Amino acid sequence: MKIKNIIIFSIISSLLLVSLIAIWKILSTLQGIKLNSLNIQIIFFIGFFITLLNTIISNKINLIIRFLIFASIFIYIDGYLIQSLPVWYNIGNFLIIYLYFVKIEKYNNNFFVNEHSTQTIIFDFLTLFGIVLFSFVILFPFYMMLVTSFKTQIALLVNPLDFSINFGQDLKDLFKSYFVIFKSYKFGKYILTSTIVSLGTVFITLLFAIPAAYAIARLNFFGKTFMSTSILIIYMFPAIVLVIPLYTVFSQLGLRNSISGLLIVYTATTLPVAIYMLQGYFKSIPKELEEAAILDKLSWFGIIVKIILPLSIPAISSVALYVFMIAWNEFLFSLMFLDNPNSFTLSRAIQYLSGDAETPRQYLMAGSVIVTLPVLFIFVYFEKYLVSGLTAGSVKG
Amino acid sequence: MKNKLLSTEKRTAYLLTLPAVCLVFAIILFPIFANIWISFKEVELKDIRIPEPRAKKIVKSISGEDNKIKFLYKLRNSSLLQEIRNVKFEDKFTKNLKPLDLDQRCIYKKNKIKCDFGTWPAKYKENFEIIFEIADNSKINKKELKSIKPKLDGDSDNILLNTNFTLKNFKKVIFENEFLDLLLTTFYYTFFGTVGSIVFGILTAQMVNQKFYGRTFMRSVLLFPYVAPVVALAYTWELLLDPNSGTLNSLLLNYQIIETPINLLGQKYIDINILGFDLKLRLALTTVIIFEIWRYFPLAFLFILARLQAIPKELYEAADVDGASPFQKFFKITLPQITAVISILFMIRFIWNFNKFEDVFLLTGGASGTRTLPINVYQQGFAISDIGMGSAVSIVIVILLLLFMFFYFKLLGKRVDEN
Repeated sequence: MKIKNIIIFSIISSLLLVSLIAIWKILSTLQGIKLNSLNIQIIFFIGFFITLLNTIISNKINLIIRFLIFASIFIYIDGYLIQSLPVWYNIGNFLIIYLYFVKIEKYNNNFFVNEHSTQTIIFDFLTLFGIVLFSFVILFPFYMMLVTSFKTQIALLVNPLDFSINFGQDLKDLFKSYFVIFKSYKFGKYILTSTIVSLGTVFITLLFAIPAAYAIARLNFFGKTFMSTSILIIYMFPAIVLVIPLYTVFSQLGLRNSISGLLIVYTATTLPVAIYMLQGYFKSIPKELEEAAILDKLSWFGIIVKIILPLSIPAISSVALYVFMIAWNEFLFSLMFLDNPNSFTLSRAIQYLSGDAETPRQYLMAGSVIVTLPVLFIFVYFEKYLVSGLTAGSVKG
Repeated sequence: MKNKLLSTEKRTAYLLTLPAVCLVFAIILFPIFANIWISFKEVELKDIRIPEPRAKKIVKSISGEDNKIKFLYKLRNSSLLQEIRNVKFEDKFTKNLKPLDLDQRCIYKKNKIKCDFGTWPAKYKENFEIIFEIADNSKINKKELKSIKPKLDGDSDNILLNTNFTLKNFKKVIFENEFLDLLLTTFYYTFFGTVGSIVFGILTAQMVNQKFYGRTFMRSVLLFPYVAPVVALAYTWELLLDPNSGTLNSLLLNYQIIETPINLLGQKYIDINILGFDLKLRLALTTVIIFEIWRYFPLAFLFILARLQAIPKELYEAADVDGASPFQKFFKITLPQITAVISILFMIRFIWNFNKFEDVFLLTGGASGTRTLPINVYQQGFAISDIGMGSAVSIVIVILLLLFMFFYFKLLGKRVDEN
């Protein structure tokens, strides 16, 4: 029983080691090392034997000594015997093996006597494996986007695997793509348009949504339940079925290619979810405060401005951030309504840029970085607010 | 007194909700009904511009005759297709001008010239001239005269407002549009995208629900694909998967895993051999579905994580006392606790994936077997510029959507009854 568990443990944990090393090898390949094989089988066998031996002798020898011995064996085989590789690659390997040893240290001899040790191992290592793999899969495209924007057309075509950035060069050359898209493709203007549209949408949405949400949360009127249930059903209706009628009407009214047209559409599409989120929060504010205000002869305007607004800053900021994000990322309506380069938003401008097959890809990626960075920055900085917005406004695709 | 208070409350409520309701009605509900109207019409993109009479005003002095001045109006019908009836023209002049031999269609009154041009056929053009005499040799300012804009007015048919209806569009949608293939593609895309994102959502939520170093950072990272703009992500993926110099193909070639590059977004089918069975996999569609899963599993992750954190710890402690294995704990405690969230998620994601346009449009443009219903709306309406057809496809989407919602609420109602 115990031996079986130890062997299963060694197999599973060495799979984790293989995935770590494989990702490190891929990243090293992208830094210009010539690696023509991932040597998965060999690393798996080395990992398996290291883990097995380590578990067997774990009671007798100190962790540091064990680690140093096995790490040097591994690095000798992988970094010198199979193929001679640079020092920094081996240092990376060394660190990975250190992490790995720290991780497997808690699975000592006593552990394998447990009844469910196999399943525990599978669960634990699946988690670790998942964390490593998901981080890599998610972050890699972002990494690629950033790196590509710093490269030149020729470098990209000659060796698409070379992701290394030469920081030694002039700053002007390094940020060349950014200079170009600001200078010859007017990205400054698009950033301005996108900002105006997004902030305008946030402002108008809040202006309309706060009173409406207050009425739904607090006042009694005919059609209230109908309104609050229909909000979400309306929100489920997708943009694509609205596009053709809106396009024809906007064409006839001359609202296409105008910021005001976009503002109207964005506000209307974000209003239902904003009302839904806000009325939920307003309901949680104690009624007594308002009753006191009514006795003080405050009007509804006074109640909203003096009592509701100060109390619901967190909810309002999460709605605002969420709406900003939707408006900033929006693509479908800007594709349909804007065809004059003077009124493009950032997303539309990047799509327009890619429509020309001659556009070098580093410009496209520089544009992508510019459109992505503000959103990611806002997201990381205000994560708490945005996550509650995302959960409440989950219906947005 | 109480009645009065109630009625003021009602009035306030209507006042407060009115702006929001009007806007939502105009931009969301009205188009859905307008779609029905348009889908029964034969309309093309070029028809939707309303024909209008236009005039370009030119002021000329006549050589040799200093006391005369010529006004030339280049009149035209802006439409190449439709006539304009009852065209009225009006322009204003300064007091010191008197018209000489005025056109029969016009009259001069109080410094104004009014003309009635009757009907202009499509593509109509005319150069219309009026010569004026300048009284008492006063100076004239050509720029000022030119700055007065003539007013033109006319009646024309708005093709969207007439009452000619046809069933042609729906016939075309169902019989000439490879309808079955379209439905199947949409269904594959929606179903596998939804299931995939939920499965990965459960996996990642289970992962992050445990304590480890860098957990909050991990949670942020997992949400990156969901919050980043779709345009940036789609183009990055396109470069990543590019067959000629894309990173993925180069890597696979470098490690000798494949021999020739695979065009992951441009190849409709790929033959794969699993256990002796030859399978034809829809490659581009699969790639698009993987992108879909990659981009939307964070939402499922967020929901399921929130639910997981709300499960009482006592349940797991009791299970530990009973000696349950981790798998038993997962299948007997965790999974039943999150089924409600999963069913809601499935519905939401199913509906939104069903309507997803941007992702497929940006990645493949609907080529190589990735044409879904929303893509078809765009293709019909704007690429082939048949607005009526596009609307008809939209109507198909709305009907299917209502069907989903109906079944979903029925199912949900049953659940509530059981509990």
